[in-house]
Amino acid sequence: MTNNPTDTQVIQDCTILSIRNLNVHAGNHHILKDINLEIPKNRITVLLGPSGCGKTTLLKCMNKLTDLYRELKVTGNIFIEDDDILNTSKNIPSIRQKMGLLSQRPYPLPVSIYKNVAYGIKLKGIRDRKLIDYNVEKHLKEVGLWNEVKDRLHSPATSLSIGQQQRLCLARGLAVKPRIILADEPTSALDPISSKIIENLFRNLKENYTIILVTHVLRQAIRLADHVIFMYNGEIIEQGTPDELFNNPKSEKLKEYMVEGN
Amino acid sequence: MFRRIFFDRTTKTWMITTMVIILLMPVIIGVGLYLKSLPLLEHQSLRTLLFTSDWQPSQGKFGFWPFVAGSIYVTLIAFVLSAPVCLLAGIYLTQFASSRLVKVMYPVIDILAGLPSVIYGVWGILVVVPFISKFLAPIFGTTSSGYTIMAGGIVLAVMCVPYMLNMITEVFKTVPMGLREASLSLGATFWESVKHVVIRKSYPGIISAFGLGIAKAFGETMAVMMVVGNRVQVHFNPFEAGYPLPALIANNYGEMLSIPLYDSALMFAALLLLVIILLINLIFRYFIFKTRER
Repeated sequence: MTNNPTDTQVIQDCTILSIRNLNVHAGNHHILKDINLEIPKNRITVLLGPSGCGKTTLLKCMNKLTDLYRELKVTGNIFIEDDDILNTSKNIPSIRQKMGLLSQRPYPLPVSIYKNVAYGIKLKGIRDRKLIDYNVEKHLKEVGLWNEVKDRLHSPATSLSIGQQQRLCLARGLAVKPRIILADEPTSALDPISSKIIENLFRNLKENYTIILVTHVLRQAIRLADHVIFMYNGEIIEQGTPDELFNNPKSEKLKEYMVEGN
Repeated sequence: MFRRIFFDRTTKTWMITTMVIILLMPVIIGVGLYLKSLPLLEHQSLRTLLFTSDWQPSQGKFGFWPFVAGSIYVTLIAFVLSAPVCLLAGIYLTQFASSRLVKVMYPVIDILAGLPSVIYGVWGILVVVPFISKFLAPIFGTTSSGYTIMAGGIVLAVMCVPYMLNMITEVFKTVPMGLREASLSLGATFWESVKHVVIRKSYPGIISAFGLGIAKAFGETMAVMMVVGNRVQVHFNPFEAGYPLPALIANNYGEMLSIPLYDSALMFAALLLLVIILLINLIFRYFIFKTRER
C-alpha cells in the first residue's frame, strides 16, 4: 500500500514479525478480516484505529493470548523469526517470552516489587540468586524506577503509584529478554507526566527492541510512530510511514479519523 | 418541596432503625442466653463446665467437653474432606472448564446448596452409615455401627461443598483477566499462572470462604444429628459415636426440663455455640486482614 518502493524494501529486509491471512471469528462475528502485515525490526509500529476495531485482538493474536478466550477462532499464519506460532508444536510459554506485554492498565502480580520482576526470570529456569538480583536491578534501572524503589523492593507492588506500576510492568516484561514489546494503549490510564515517561522510554527502547503500540490517540501515533497501520472495523485500511499516511491519507476513513482525532 | 424533604428525612430514619435492629439482634440473643444460663454458671465454674466430661444432669453434673470436642471433631473432618475438593473444583470451573460445562454446573451447585439439610441426613443414613459399617471401618480394622463421627463428618463435608464452592468460584471470577494475561505473557504455563497469580490474588477470598464454611459446619444440626450416633463420650477414634453441641440442644430441649438446671444447661450450650462461631469468624477475619496487608 506504500507508494515508495524503497520503504517497502526496507521493511521486508528487516521484518521481525509477519502476518498472513489472519482471520478471527467469535461465533458469527468476524473480528479480524484477512490481516496481512509486516512489523519492521527495531521500530515503533503503531496500530491506530477507533475503539472496537480489532487492534487489541490483533495484538493478543501475536502472543497467543487468544487461547484464554475459548470463543475466539483464529486462522492464518503469524511468523516470528520463521516460527509460525499459530501452527507450531513448539512450547507456547517460550514463544510468549519473545514478547513483553504492556496492557491498558498496569496489572502488577500480587507479590512484591522484586518478585514481580523476578517472576519471568525464574520461569526461565534461572535460580542463581545473584543473577536474579543483577537482572532485577538492571531492568528496574532500564525503566528509570530503580532509584524510586530500591529501598522498598520487598513492599507489595500495589503500593506504587499507577504510573510507577506501569513502568514496573514494563521492567517485568523486559526481564524475560523479549524481542518485541506489545503495548496495548499503555498510557490510557496514566496522567500526562507518567505517559510522557513511558513514551520517552519507548523511544530509547527501540534501539534494542521492536515495539508494537496499539493506540487510538492520533497525536501519540504522530509523536512515536515509525510505521503506522490504520485499522477500521477489523480490516487494515492503510499502512505506511507516518509521513505517507498523515500527510497524504488515501482512504475516506483515515481522512475522517484525522479530522475527528485532532 | 416540603414533601421531598420530609421523605428524605423519614427514609433515613427508618433505614437507620432497621440497621440498628439487625445489629442488636445478636446482642439481644447473646444477652438472653447469658441470663438464662446464669443459674448453671452460679452452680459450677466455667472451667469445670467447659473442660470436664462428666455429663450426668440428674446428679447435677454438667461437663460440656464431649459436646465441644464432638463438634470440633466433626467440623474438622468435614473441613479436611471438603476444602481441597472445593479449591480444585473452583479452579477447574473458573479457569479450565468449557463454558458449556460451566453453564450446567452452576445451577447444579445452586440446587445442592439449597437442598434442606434433612435430605442430606436421610442420604447419610441410607448411604454413608452402611458404607462406613460395611467398608470403611473394616478397612481400618475395626467394627462400627456406622453411626459415627466419621459419618457426621462426611455428610457435613458433602453439605459444605456446594456452599463453599459457590463462594470460591465467585472469588476466582474476580481475578482480572489482565493479571492472567500478564502472567502468561511472561512465559508461565496455565497451571503456573493459576498457582502463582490466581490463587495468590484470591487468598483473602479463599480464607473467608473457608471460614464461613467452617462456621456453618459447626452450627449444622439436623443432618449431623441423624448420623452421628449421639452418645456422650470423648473418643479420638472417628469410628465411634459422638454428640455435637447443636444436636444436644435440638434433641433435648423440651424434654427432661423437670431436671433442675437442665434448661439452663441447654441455654449455656447455645451460648457456647454462639461464642465459638463468633470466635471462628474473628479468627478468619484476622487471617483475611493479614493476607490483605501483604
